[in-house]
Amino acid sequence: MSRVTLLALQVLVAVVCLVLWQFFASVPVFGKILLPPFFFSNPVDVFSQIVKWFSSGVIWKHLGITLTESILAFVIGSAGGVLIGFWFARQPLVAAVFDPYVKMANALPRVVLAPIFALWLGLGIWSKVALGVTLVFFIVFFNVYQGVKEVSRTVLDNGRMLGMSERQLMRHVYWPSALSWMFSSLHTSVGFAVVGAVVGEYLGSAAGLGYLIQQAEGIFDVAGVFAGMFVLSAFVILIDFGVTLVERRLLVWRPTVDGRG
Amino acid sequence: MTTPTAVALEDAKVAFRLGDGRVYTAVEKAHLSVAQGEFVAIVGPTGCGKSTLLNVAAGLLKPAAGSVKIFDQPLAGLNRDAGYLFQADALFPWKTALDNVAIGLEIQGAPRAEALPRAQKWLTSVGLGAFANRYPHMLSGGQRKRVALAQVLIRDPKILLMDEPFGPLDAQTRQVMGNLLLDLWNADRKAVLFVTHDLEEAIALADRVVIMSAGPSSRIIGDWRVTLPRPRDIFEVRLDKEFHALHREIWSVLKDEVMKGYAQSTQAVEAV
Repeated sequence: MSRVTLLALQVLVAVVCLVLWQFFASVPVFGKILLPPFFFSNPVDVFSQIVKWFSSGVIWKHLGITLTESILAFVIGSAGGVLIGFWFARQPLVAAVFDPYVKMANALPRVVLAPIFALWLGLGIWSKVALGVTLVFFIVFFNVYQGVKEVSRTVLDNGRMLGMSERQLMRHVYWPSALSWMFSSLHTSVGFAVVGAVVGEYLGSAAGLGYLIQQAEGIFDVAGVFAGMFVLSAFVILIDFGVTLVERRLLVWRPTVDGRG
Repeated sequence: MTTPTAVALEDAKVAFRLGDGRVYTAVEKAHLSVAQGEFVAIVGPTGCGKSTLLNVAAGLLKPAAGSVKIFDQPLAGLNRDAGYLFQADALFPWKTALDNVAIGLEIQGAPRAEALPRAQKWLTSVGLGAFANRYPHMLSGGQRKRVALAQVLIRDPKILLMDEPFGPLDAQTRQVMGNLLLDLWNADRKAVLFVTHDLEEAIALADRVVIMSAGPSSRIIGDWRVTLPRPRDIFEVRLDKEFHALHREIWSVLKDEVMKGYAQSTQAVEAV
C-alpha cells in the first residue's frame, strides 16, 4: 500500500468518527439524541474551544508548564536511574540489601504519592516533577541495571585482554551497554514523564494541561475536557516523534533500528 | 643457542568447583611450551579443556596447581604480552570497525588523531579498508573476524592466543582467513597458540600440533612437528603427501580420543 493511500485511510477513520460523533450529538434518532451534548459535547464545540485557546494564546502557558515539568522529570529521573543502576550493578551486595525496598517502592501505585509531594513541595511545578521522577526513575534504573549486568562475557574479556583498566572498561564497555538499554526504553520513560506531570497537575495545581482538563471538568465543560485531551494527545505524539529522531541517531549501531551508519 | 620460550605451562592443572560442591578437573598436568616465533596448534575432542588451557595462558583463569611462565616470568594477573582472538563475537557492537581497531591503541594512551590512521591501515591490511564506518552488525561473520584480527594485531602483542577463531565461519571463509592469518604472521612471526578441533586446519597452519585427550582430567598426549615448508598456502598444502602422512598419523591417535570424548559428553557435565 502506498503512503498516500495509507494516509488517506487514516484520515478517513478520523473523519468518520468525527462525523458520527457530530451526527449523534445533534440529530435526534427516533426522537432521541443518543449522545447528549451535556455529557458528550460535539466535535464543532471541541474544535472551537481548541481554536479559542490557541488564538487567545492561553494554551501556550499551560503547554509550556507541562513540557517543563516533563523534561525536568525525565532528566532528573534518568540521571538518578543511571547512577543508582550503575552503582547497584557494580556492587552486588548493595543491590542485594536494597532489593526488597526497590521492589516495594516500585510496586507502589505512584498516584498515591501525589498528595504527599503536593504537601512537601507545594502546588508549583516541583510536586509534579517529583511524581514524574518516581515513574521515570524505576524504568531507567531497571534498564541500566540490566544493561550493566548483561554485558557479554566475551566482550568484557576482550576489553580486559586489550588492556583496559577498570575505568576504561566502564567507559568503553559498561557505559555504552547501559545506555543502549536505557535508550531502548526511551519511549516508555518519556511517556511516563508526561503522565507524571499531567496526573500531578490534575490532582492539584494552578497551570498545565492537567489543570486545564481538571478546571473544565469542574464546571461540567465537557467540550473543554475533550479539547484538553486532544491537545494532550497531539503534544505526546510530537514528543514521541522527537524521541524517535533522537533514538535513530543514537542507536545506529543496533541491528534493530533501521538506520545506517 | 636456544630461542626464548614465550609461553610455558608447567604441570598446569585446572579445576572448577561445580554447583553441587564437587570439583571438576578439566586439565591435568599440562606441560606445554611455545618458543618465540613458533606456531603451535592444540587439537582435541570437544570438551577436552583446550580453551581452558588457552585461558590459563591468557591469565583469564588461574591454574589450580603448576605454573605459567611468560618469557620466563611467572604470570600474575592478565597476560599483558598476549593478544587474544575469541571464538565468539567479541567486537564492541557500539563502535564502528575503525573505532574497534583503534581502541587497542587508544587505551594504551595513543591520541585519537594518531590511532585512527593506523587503525585504517590495519583495516586495509585485513582487506576491509572500505568498511571502516560499518558497525559490527553490518558486517558478515568473516568480516567481523578480520576486524577482530586487526583489533588484536594493532597492539603488536608478542604472543597470539586464538580460541577456535574461525570456528563459526563456513569452510571456504575459514581457509581464506587461515591464509590471511599466515600472511600476517609471516611478517613478524609472533608466538602463536592456536586452539582448534579441526586437525587439517591445525596441520596446515602450525609448526607443532599438540593433541589432548578427552576430558575430564585431560592431558597432552601427543606433540608432532610439522615440517611442511613455509610460506604455505592452505589450499595447496592440503594436497601435499607429507600433509597426508602426518594427518593419518595424528588422526590414528586423535580418533580414539574423539570417540571417548563423544561417549563422555553424553553423560558427563560439560564444564567450560
